[in-house]
Formats: sequence, structure tokens, C-alpha cells
Amino acid sequence: MLKRDRWRLGLVAIVVLAALFAVFPIRGRINLGLDLKGGAHIVLQAKDTADSKVTEDSIERLLAVLRNRVDQYGVAEPVIQREGSDRIIVDLPGIQDPDAALELIGKTALLEFRQVVTATSPIPPAAERKNYDSDAEFERAQARWNEAVRQIETQRADLEKQAAGIEGAVVAKADEGRSYLLGKVLVGGKDLVDARTQYDNLGRAVVALTFSSEGAKLFDAATAENIGRQIAIVLDGVVISAPVVQERITGGNAQISGRFSAAEASRLSIMLRAGALPVAVDVIENRSVGPSLGEDSINSGIRAGLLGASLVFLFMLLYYRLLGVAADAALAVAILLVFAGLISLNATLTLPGIAGIVLTIGMAVDGNVLIYERMKEELKAGKTPLAAIDAGFKKALTTILDANITTLIAAAVLFYFGSGPVRGFAVTLSIGIVSSVFCNILVTRSLLQYFMGGRGATSSLLPRA
Amino acid sequence: MKIMFIDFMKHRKTALLVSLACVVLSLVLVFTKGLNLGIDFTGGNVVQVEFSANVAVGEIRDVLSSVGQGGAVIQSYSDTGVIIRISTIEDEARKVVVDALRAKHPDMQVVRLEKVGPVVGAELREEAFIALFLALAGILVYITVRFQFRFAVVSVLALMHDAIITLGIFSLTWMEISSPFIAAILTIVGYSLNDTIVVLDRVRENWRHLRGEGILGLLNMSINQILSRTINTSLTTLLPVIALFLWGGPVLRSFSFALLVGITVGTYSSIYIASSVLAEWALKSPQKG
Repeated sequence: MLKRDRWRLGLVAIVVLAALFAVFPIRGRINLGLDLKGGAHIVLQAKDTADSKVTEDSIERLLAVLRNRVDQYGVAEPVIQREGSDRIIVDLPGIQDPDAALELIGKTALLEFRQVVTATSPIPPAAERKNYDSDAEFERAQARWNEAVRQIETQRADLEKQAAGIEGAVVAKADEGRSYLLGKVLVGGKDLVDARTQYDNLGRAVVALTFSSEGAKLFDAATAENIGRQIAIVLDGVVISAPVVQERITGGNAQISGRFSAAEASRLSIMLRAGALPVAVDVIENRSVGPSLGEDSINSGIRAGLLGASLVFLFMLLYYRLLGVAADAALAVAILLVFAGLISLNATLTLPGIAGIVLTIGMAVDGNVLIYERMKEELKAGKTPLAAIDAGFKKALTTILDANITTLIAAAVLFYFGSGPVRGFAVTLSIGIVSSVFCNILVTRSLLQYFMGGRGATSSLLPRA
Repeated sequence: MKIMFIDFMKHRKTALLVSLACVVLSLVLVFTKGLNLGIDFTGGNVVQVEFSANVAVGEIRDVLSSVGQGGAVIQSYSDTGVIIRISTIEDEARKVVVDALRAKHPDMQVVRLEKVGPVVGAELREEAFIALFLALAGILVYITVRFQFRFAVVSVLALMHDAIITLGIFSLTWMEISSPFIAAILTIVGYSLNDTIVVLDRVRENWRHLRGEGILGLLNMSINQILSRTINTSLTTLLPVIALFLWGGPVLRSFSFALLVGITVGTYSSIYIASSVLAEWALKSPQKG
């Protein structure tokens, strides 16, 4: 090897060593996206309602409440951040039950105790065909049911008319289809200091509430006034239960018993402790991936990558023989550099990102193909092998750069506009392009020179033109 | 390698006509039959579930019909895995579907759920268009600076040809288009261009032969010189993409299918279409070499 060419081999050795140092051991070093490690990605849109407008202040409070809820729920490394003026992104890695997460994040959890003025009858269960002997009977039963529903609708409309006449009154539905006409708020969720899940003597989950001293006074007065009457417990405008007040309650403690599962009760406790969301929100996007699917994705990505890479390695070896060895070595370094780049840029690997790496494996050898084909031409034109290598690299260089810069332009646009997983693709594609150009130009070249310098058997190295 | 010479330019008019027909057909398909846009663009609910044993799609459809979601799109991607697309946005609709399925198959697992609101879908559509436009504009500028305006125009024509035909094939096969598809299209754009540039680069290098060979001879010479490179590169790129398509899992299937189609069409267009347009253009209004 010529002395002036030694710097190239040195540089390559340093880069490869640094990359190896960055990459190994690889376990735990790469940031995985939610689509690979499992988790929930939820985008909330705050919306104006009659009671609360979306303001800078309410969004800040919304963030605080959400953080509080997520912390209490116990999620490792959640990301809760604002996007634009009225959106919030919540990323919850490792969530097992996406519906529960959605409930926890998206529910306002506005708790109110209200006096029950009056109520409609509940909607009876709908007729089921299997309970009737003939179609005719079933149809009659259905007609009866429809009539009952219609009557309850009329009652409800009536309640709504009444509500308009009473200050602070609302009409709220309960689970079984019954509608309540409710008086003004007696005590609210803001008067709480604590909420805990407990079990009543039948083993059912209940939420035990502790009021602040102010809340205890209000609750005391409310129960004293309504002995023998119903008080409705309303959560987000839906009546959870409407117990009859048996006696005055002075201690500042109360209990909500609905038909909760233990998990639901614990979620409700968390939300009540963390407080109601200051503005109403819509879940406008939700992407949740279970941990098992994430693992499957990684495995199939790795399998496809390994198979694809082996095919490329094999092709280069069969077609270019010894030159193929150099190309394969360059490709191996390029793959190493992609991972080193991912890790040192702290980028997030997503499923499309894996696809980007696999794609890079195919495109990376393009540079080698360009150089080798050019070298063949130069040999054919009568150059010596050494001169052919030089000319091959020199002439292929601009082509390689031009061709890769355009792909880089596309990747940059994708990075700027893409979100989440797609952005991950842009990242791996860009890193892949840069590393493969580096490997085409420097790694291949220093390897070829090393081969030639080592043996002087130049003519056997290059294919016969 | 045997030295062979293919007279590409001899059949350039046929190639142009075939391509034109494919592009027109694709456009007609896209505008009449439309595209199977996924929930990323339309909004909606997707649930991916895994059963413990083989469950027939028909059986799932029966369950869904019984809860009023007979219109859902059901796609099985393995013996035990099924993706269900519900066009209703409400979380309720999804819960009803999951509950009904779980009632029949208690050990069913929900492995993925996605919900995209219509606002987000509309935004994504808009962003996709802006992204495509910006990428095309950026590339046009780059090639104009590096080569010349005519080269830029023919390469952008070639890559539009590739993108449109890919869309047409997606319309024809009714494969779902989700947000990674945008990534695939932009990659195809980049790749097709990469190929075209290699051809054009050689044309530029051979430009001094223009006087002797004429534009057709010059183009033929250039294409033949880089032919083995083009084929080898396409092969090495296609090999991993095929692996991705076959073994990359259900989420990446339509993405890798787009790449598969795009790269194949892209190889053809950069060999044939870009240069044929250039030839026709040069014959109609010759430019100085």
C-alpha cells in the first residue's frame, strides 16, 4: 500500500472502532418507538364548552392534571407534552390495557353531588327473540318495548322543560336509561382531599371519599336537608348512583358505590385525587400496541433484515467474487454505522425505521456496483488495474453523491412532515444513506488497496473485462 | 459478461405509448375506483386481535353483524390474527365489537388498537400533499443546478410516472394506504431519481459524442454502458424489499408492496422513459451540445 493512502485505512479503523464501542452491547441502547415496545400514544384536543374556554392557563392546568393522573397510575417514562395551542400528546410506554389508559386520560372526571328532584322510569330491557315462542309474539313484545321507550323519551323532554325553569338544574342520564332531574350542585369534586378504593362488606369495590373541611360542612348541610330523599352522585354528567339519604353525615367521609370493577374503582380514585380536567378534551388520535405485537414486529423485522442482507451479501459475492468481499465488508460496516448513528443521535427506532434499515442494505451496495462497473470499463479501455481502481472511484464519486443527495432531499422532507413511526423511517434512511456513501468511498477503497498492496496480485483481483 | 448492445431508442415510441397508457389507466383507476385509504387518512377505528386458535373470517363477520358492525373490514394476516377496521369513530363502537368477540372467544387478545379522528386524518392528507410537492420541488431545483433544466424535467416526469403507476396498482389491488405509504412513495421518488441520475450523469459525460452519434446514438450508448449497474442495483435493492414483503409482518406489508412496485417501475422508467422523453424533446427542438 502506498504511504499516502494509509490515512484512509486508519480513518476507517478509527470509525469502525468508535462505532463498535457505541453499539456493543446493543441490548437496551436503542430507543424503541411505541410501535415496537408496546404502549399507548394518545392525542387530546381541548375544546371550548359553555362552562370553560380553552385558554393558556387552562391548558397548563390540564397538563398538570394529566401528569398527576399518569404518575399515580404508575407508568414508567411517560411523555406528556403540548402540541400547538390546544393539543396534548400523551405517550404511555408498556401499557397493557389501552382502553383503561384512554379512560384515565380522556375522562374529565367532574364529580358532583346533586339533589334529585324527580326521575323518569328506567328503560326496560329490550325483547330478545329466544324468550318468545313465535315471531308474532316477539314482534308484539318489541312494539311494547318501543312504546315504553317512547314514553320515557316524552318524560325526559318534560323534565328538560322543567329544568329550564329551575336555576342550576340539569337533566342527567343513568346507566339503565333512566333520566333524572337534578337540582343545583351541593358538593363538588374540588371539595375533596382524598379518594381511595375500598371494599364494602359484600366485597364490592367502592370509592371512599374524604372531603376538605369546607366540603365536609357542605356535605353535612346537604345530608341534613335531604334526609329521606335521594342525592345523585354525578360523574361527567352521568348519574352513577342516587342513594336515599338515611341520616345526616358529619364526618366529611362519603362512599360511592356503583357497579365498579376493582380496576374501575381504582381508576376513578386516581382521577378524583388528581382532579377533574379543567377543560373538556376529545381523544383525536389513539394508537396502542400491545407488548407482544411489538416484540413480534421486532422479530419479523430482524428476520426480514437478516434474510434480505444475506441475499445481498450472496449476490455481491457471486457476481463480483473478490471485489464482492470488499463490498460485503463495506456493507457490514455500513450496517454497523447505522446502528451506531441511531444510538449516538439518540434517535427512536420504529417499525418503518426497521424497514428503512432493510432498504438501506439494498441501496448501500449501489455505490459499490457503480464503482466496480466503472472499474471494469476503465480496464476494458486499457488502463492498468491500479489506474482503473483510481479512475473508477474518481468518476463514480460524483454520480454516487448526486444520486444519494436526491434521496436525502426526500428523506429530509419526510422527516420534517412525518410524525412518529414515519419520522423514524426518515431517520434510518438518512443515517443509512450517509453511512453507505462513507463505506462505498472509504471502506471499499482502503480494502481494495490493502488487498493489492498485500499481495501485488492485482490482475486476479479484478474481473477480466 | 458478454458485451451486448441493445437498441433501446428504436422502440422508444412504443415504450412511451405503453407508459402513457399505464399512466392514463392508473389515473382513471385512481379517480373512478379510488384508493383504499386507511384510517390514517379517513379517520376510524382499527383493532388487531389474536385468537388462541384458528378462527374463520366468516365467523368473525357473523359476530360483527350481530352487533351492527357488518360493514367492518376484516382482514386475517395469519392463522390466528385478524385486523378489523371499523369506520365509526366512537370508542363505543370499538368496545362493542371487542366485547362481542371476547364473549365468543374469551382468550382473545387485543394486540393493537388505533383510532384516528377525522380532523387528524384531513391534516395528514394535506401534509402528505405538501410533503410530496416540496420533495418534487427540491429535487427539481437540485437537478437544475447540477445538470440542466431539461434533465430536471425528464427526471421529474419519470418519477411522476412511477408514483402514478404505483398509485394505480394500489387502486387495482385495493391494498390499504396508510401513513407509511407516504414514506414509501417518497422513497420511490428518491430511488427512481437516483436511477435516472445515473443514466443522465452518463449522458452528460458522453455529451461530446453528440455530434458524431446523434442524440439517439448518444442515449443508446449511455444506457448500454450503465445497464449492468442499473440491473444489479435494482436486484440488490429488490432482494431485501422482497424479504420485507414476505417476512416483515402485516403492518409493513403494504409499505413493502409499494416499494416493490415502485422500484420495479422506477428501474424501467429511468432506463427507458427519461431517456425517450429526452430523445423526443431533442429531436423536436435540438439544443446545442
